[in-house]
Parts: sequence; C-alpha cells; structure tokens
Amino acid sequence: MIEVRELRREFKVATSKGLRRNYKTVTAVDGVTFEVQAGEAVGYVGPNGAGKSTTIKMLTGILVPTSGHITVDGVDPSRQRRDLAKRIGVVFGQRSQLWWDLPLRDSFDLLRSIYRVSAEDYRKRLDECVELLGLQELLITPVRQLSLGQRMRGEITAALLHAPELLVLDEPTIGLDLESKERLREFLADINTRRGTTLLLTTHDLDDIERLCPRLMVIDHGRVLADGPLDELRAEVTPDRELVIDLREPGPAPDVPGVTAVRSEANGLRHHLTFRRAETTAAQLITQVVRQVEVHDLAVVEPEIDDVIRKLYQRQLDQDVRR
Amino acid sequence: MLAGMTTNVVFGLLRVAILVAALKAANGEIADYTVAAANTYVWIGQGLLGFILLWGTNELAERVRSGDVVVDLYRPWNLQGALLAEDVGRGGYAFLTRLAPPMVFGMLLFPFQFPATAVQWPLFLVSALIALVISFGFRFLIDISSFWLIDNRGLYGFWNVSSGLLCGLTVPISFFPEWAREVLWLTPFPAVLQAPIDVFLGHGDPVKLLLLQAFWAVVILAIGHLTLQRAVRKVVVQGG
Repeated sequence: MIEVRELRREFKVATSKGLRRNYKTVTAVDGVTFEVQAGEAVGYVGPNGAGKSTTIKMLTGILVPTSGHITVDGVDPSRQRRDLAKRIGVVFGQRSQLWWDLPLRDSFDLLRSIYRVSAEDYRKRLDECVELLGLQELLITPVRQLSLGQRMRGEITAALLHAPELLVLDEPTIGLDLESKERLREFLADINTRRGTTLLLTTHDLDDIERLCPRLMVIDHGRVLADGPLDELRAEVTPDRELVIDLREPGPAPDVPGVTAVRSEANGLRHHLTFRRAETTAAQLITQVVRQVEVHDLAVVEPEIDDVIRKLYQRQLDQDVRR
Repeated sequence: MLAGMTTNVVFGLLRVAILVAALKAANGEIADYTVAAANTYVWIGQGLLGFILLWGTNELAERVRSGDVVVDLYRPWNLQGALLAEDVGRGGYAFLTRLAPPMVFGMLLFPFQFPATAVQWPLFLVSALIALVISFGFRFLIDISSFWLIDNRGLYGFWNVSSGLLCGLTVPISFFPEWAREVLWLTPFPAVLQAPIDVFLGHGDPVKLLLLQAFWAVVILAIGHLTLQRAVRKVVVQGG
C-alpha cells in the first residue's frame, strides 16, 4: 500500500541578522525507509518536530520530497495528487475539512459530489458511519455548533465516504476526552479489521497505539528509530519486567533467584521485583514467591509504552554522542 | 444585506452628484458621457461592484497563512476551478441582491440611458459574467501570493486602493488623457468593470469588448493555474 525509500526533505530556514539574510538548511526527514502492507494498522510516533507531519504531507502529495522515492497505492503522490486523493482518506486532528457554516449533512453531500460517489454507495456508507458513530441527531447541526468530539466523528465520516483503502490520520484524538477517544478508537479498529482499511496514524497518545496498532514506527530527528510490533520493541528495548506483590503482613521482600532489583514501599507491604524476561518466566517467579511469603495480591507489569519510547530516544541519543 | 444595499445606494448618490456636477461644469458632456449616460454608468457600476466582488475577503490567503489550505489541496479537484464555481454561485445570489437593486433604483429615479438595441441586454449579462471570472482571477492570484509572501495584506490593500481607478470605477476610463486610456485598455483592468458598462451603454463594439474580456479571462485563469501549480511544487505549506 505504501512504499517509502530513502525519503528526504530539507527546508531552507531564514536566519536574519540585521539586514542580511542567510539561509540554513534544516533536514526534517532524513532518509526514511518503510513499507506498509494493505490492511495493516501502523502507528507513527515521535516527539514534536520529529518529521511526522512532513512525512504525512509527502505521502498525500502536498509536499514534494527533496529526494527519495514514494509510492502510495501504486502512484507517486506529488505527481498524481488528485488521482491519489480519490483513493485515500486523510483526517487532520487540528484542521477541518467540513464546511464551518453548513450542517454536517450538507458537508457530506458536497463531498459526495467532489469525490463522485454514487448515490447508492453514499447512502450505504453514510448510514453505516452515522449508526456506528452516533451521528443521527447531529446531521442537521451546523459544524460550527458541534463539540470537538462530535466534529471529529464528522471528520472521520467525511474521510470515509469515498471508501478509501488507506486512511491517514494525523493526531486524530488530540484534544478529545477519554470517552470520545475510546469511541473513535473502537470505530477505527472496526473498519481496520472488518473492511480491511489500511490505517496510518500519528499520535502523541500512546493508548491509541496500544488499542489500534499492532505495528509501531518511532521517528526522531527525521530518522526511523524503530519499526516493529509493539511487543517486540518492548522486549528489545527493555529486557526487564516487574512482578508487584502485596503481602498480607508487612515484611521483608522474598529472596528469589532471578530477581535483579527490589523496590519496597508501603512499609514493606508492597514489593516490586524486577526480573529479566529472557532468563526468568513470571510463572517460575510466582511459584518461588508464594512458597516464601503469604501473598495477598500480585501483578506482572509490562513497561509502559511511554517508557519504551523514551528508552528508544535515549538509545539514539547515546549513539549520537558516541559518534 | 440591507446594510450593504443602503451603503451601496448612498455611495451611488454621492458619485452621481459629483459626476453630474462635473458634467454640468463642462456643458453637459465629457467624452462620450451625457448626464443620462453618467447616471447609468454610476448605477451599473454600483451594482457590478458587489456582483463581480472587486474587493474580496482574502479568505484563501488566510488559509494559506494558517496552513489550512492543505485540506483544500488534498481533495481530488482543481482548486481554482472549484473556487471559481463557488464564486459563480455567489454571483447568482449577488445578481439578485447586489446587481439588480441599484440598477432598478437608477432606472426608476434618475435619467437613465437604456440600451439602443434589445440584444445589448443579454450581451451585458454575458459581459458581466466574464467580468466576474476576471475579477475572481485577480482575487485568486492575490490570495495565493501568500504562498510566497506569507502575509499578503500589503498587496491586498494595494489592490483595493488601485483597482477602482484602473478598472473604471472611480471615473469612466474615457475621461483619462488619451495616453493613459490607451495604456489601460492594453491591460486586463478595464475588462473587469468598464467593459460591461460600455456594452450596456453602447460605447464601442460590444462583440469586440466581449472577445477582449474572454481573452483576459483565459489569460488570468491560466496564470492562476500555473502559479498554483508552482506554489504546490516549490513552496512549503505552513503549520505542523
């Protein structure tokens, strides 16, 4: 669906000093290579200024790459922008493609004409979105009167009316409350699995990734730091897991082989035992622990996705320093 | 809408008063303008102003500045064509609310020079429509200049100040000294306003005027198309 090879994009930035104007070149995307198969759901994450939006703009053909090669659904985006636009959907969390003063339904009708969708397909797709996203009562409301959460549901519907095979979402859940986020994620997961729509989404909310994207791509300073299933990245970056035990009575932490670090809290009522996933299994550990102490409750904790990403950035930083 | 109409009519009255006073001082005729022609010129001009929308809203320029224009650019449409269609639609509404009222007002209350032949009526409508297209072309170019300028308010302001004089709104172009008249008719500006008025008044050959307008409409839309293409290929869309 998407093929990107050695993609680069440079910007000239003016650095004015008095009346003299100098330019320096900033590389926003610096040799990015990846592939996305049809039907995948890929999370594209990185800190602000990492090059995410620049990549998205190049994928949709709005920005021309400085060098490198892109194919999206078989076409070169910047050369066949209009052709591609018919086949992909784009949602920008911070911008709107709906008509501000028109009711939602009128916006959808206009989009139907712009994308030349047949009346029958249009009705079918609209009905489906309206039902799943709960838009019934909102269709006659002018867009300017919708809440952000309502509007985002409208935006997603707008992007799906022409049944795109690829849906690109640039921070779709930004600014939404928990319930709206959850609803949106559920819907996106549904169209990904049921309709097979390929998803590529950028986000700062890592719950989006956890819920939606089996595959994660991390980018920073215009380079891909990591690319793979979330679980694998976790295992690769943080070899440690943690067993948290709550004791019935306060006491010292059990001494179990395989544990590399112990942290106690609540006056010895709770202990965090760190262990290496490659060397010890949680089951082994638990068997050992319950032999020694009386356990009230226990839990195995995976490192938070935030930690994984932070460690990825850190690793890159270390490499840069060493170089 | 009512406020717009009232302002429009008040300005029309002022312009009529000044122009007629000038004509009276010049023994009732300047160039090819009699008192009736001058009245007609003013009321059609007042009507066309809102119909062709000589002074736009700079909305697209703001979208370029904020980066919202990405939304317009990734749609499977020709952006200039789509906006032109929207503007022609706006013209349909403005025909009823902006063009017709001052003309009718002038016809009923002032000496008015009606077209000598019936065919001038439809020709005037065609001419006004082409004028709208050219006016749109100018506004589009000024808007998309912000791809390079980021802030195009200077250019926008300059257009708002100078276009009235160049297009024949302030005074008829035939009042200009001969050299200025000749230079102006080599530019697209008279085609925006003076040409439809001339078609209505029967000043000059209407067919020639229409052909001239059509020529400029094609030229300015072509320039707009090429400029937009260049903007998208060479220039950066703002905002993350």
